[in-house]
Amino acid sequence: MIWLALRQFRTSAWTAVVGLVAVASVVVATRPHLADAAAAAQHACGSDAHCPALTAFALDNTAARTVFGLVVTVAPALIGAFWGAPMIAGEFEAGTHRLVWAQSISRSRWLAVKLVVAGTATVVATALLSALVTWWAAPLDHAAAAVYGTFDQRDIVPIGYALFAFAFGVTAGLVTRRTLPAMALTLAGLLTVRILVTEWIRPLVFAPRVVSMPLDPDTTGYGSGGNILFGVGPSTLQPTTPDIPNAWIQSVRIVDAAGEPLTDQVLRATCPTLGQGPGGPAGPAPEAVRQRMHDCVARIGEDYHQVVTYQPGDRYWMFQWWELALFGFVTALLCGYAYYRLRRFRG
Amino acid sequence: MILETEQLAKRYRRRWALRDCTLAVPEGAIVGLVGPNGAGKTTLLQLIVGLLSPTAGAVRVLGGTPDAAMRSGRVGFVAQDAPTYAGLTVADHLSLGAGLNSHRWDAAAAKERVERLGLPPRQKAGRLSGGQRAQLALTLALSKSPDLLVLDEPVASLDPLARRAFLDETVAAATATGTAVVLSTHLVADLAHTCTHVVVVAGGRIRLAAAIAGLCATPAELERVVLDELGRATDEGSSQ
Repeated sequence: MIWLALRQFRTSAWTAVVGLVAVASVVVATRPHLADAAAAAQHACGSDAHCPALTAFALDNTAARTVFGLVVTVAPALIGAFWGAPMIAGEFEAGTHRLVWAQSISRSRWLAVKLVVAGTATVVATALLSALVTWWAAPLDHAAAAVYGTFDQRDIVPIGYALFAFAFGVTAGLVTRRTLPAMALTLAGLLTVRILVTEWIRPLVFAPRVVSMPLDPDTTGYGSGGNILFGVGPSTLQPTTPDIPNAWIQSVRIVDAAGEPLTDQVLRATCPTLGQGPGGPAGPAPEAVRQRMHDCVARIGEDYHQVVTYQPGDRYWMFQWWELALFGFVTALLCGYAYYRLRRFRG
Repeated sequence: MILETEQLAKRYRRRWALRDCTLAVPEGAIVGLVGPNGAGKTTLLQLIVGLLSPTAGAVRVLGGTPDAAMRSGRVGFVAQDAPTYAGLTVADHLSLGAGLNSHRWDAAAAKERVERLGLPPRQKAGRLSGGQRAQLALTLALSKSPDLLVLDEPVASLDPLARRAFLDETVAAATATGTAVVLSTHLVADLAHTCTHVVVVAGGRIRLAAAIAGLCATPAELERVVLDELGRATDEGSSQ
């Protein structure tokens, strides 16, 4: 059975090898220049993390960094759609399950061997891809000092995503018995679960650290936060995110000594002219408006301060292992369900 | 008996595909299962090889459950349309058969059969003709040296010459090894030429099960008996 599984997987394996060789070629060709540029910028800046040379180095390589990140992000989706979904659905569509199930092998063993062969390839391919990209991007990631910004494109979590996508594809193929619907379900399932974990589960894994600091009248602005997907909040004071290297800032709230948040009524009463007049994103605010803003924040700051919750950079690997374990657990559940469906399958 | 069914029944949602099916197949018999499309032939064969589970009744294959019989490698099965892996070569299929039936596989017989039938070992199954593909699937089933061979309309898509060649091959191989065969067809002409027993299925029920030798003397007579039985089944179905 191992021979059959390997033989059926041969084309997929070669595709992965070609893709990995292509990525490796680009990585090996460009990494030395990247390392040299990083060293030069580091030399020019010394211990100043915000010096223009480092910023220019990061900006010059933004496009390449984004593309490599996308490759790692998309790889699990491709594995789920093109390795997982057709694995069983393709057998049903071609009727070959009736050929192989008529041999002296149990369905459970048949599925187990196919899962182990393609699952191992999934782990190896994703691990190599992630390792290549992580190594290539290391100088840029070091300069950016924002490890959580590329959390799902580096190190070991892409392996968890790929395993999950693969198992989801296999299970979707087993349920639908059609390759195309299984592929579509896999992509939708991966996207949904990734958003769910990133937005709602990951922030709950470890209690964040909390730090309080006074409002800075020079840097605190006014506006609204959020995004199109999850909604834009009401306009209020917007303190500048504190500079904590490699930290994942989870929230910045303005509260009084009793912990009560700043309300719109208090803000309007203290700063009646806030939000009026020219300025905003279209251009710099006039000096008079800036001064009014400064005075407003100073007055609010007499009773209120900002509370920052964040995950420090030294928890990065805890998050990596935790998320890998989570996706590994869900993968195991999906495989268990696939076994259950297969044993009950008749017809 | 190599195969026995007792009050076997299968229902798909509200529709009964097979009911009250009691049947016994002796060793070495070649049983032709005949009936119109949708009569329940495929359902019965898939119950025998464990691809379906019965709604009621029991089926015993080689004295045990269908699953156990299939795992033992003593049952060969060629499904409808003789499915094969389009991307694998003829030689790959033989390796597949050898790997999945290692304790019963007769590699020499498989190789000899493929050579005799002119199946190119390096040809991918997807590029074989329908007749060649059916012969390849039959080779996989026969090379396990089965005690029971189950064939689900193996010649349905073949031209008359290929059909005759396939059936001749099957009978010759089964007779030489004493293998019992259960094959389904909707061509009555195939029965007289090939089978020792006939089972007529219509409307999900067995209408007739008998040894051909005791039933009639000529192929024409067999055809008349079968068609009469199918006609009666149609009349009963329309009067209900």
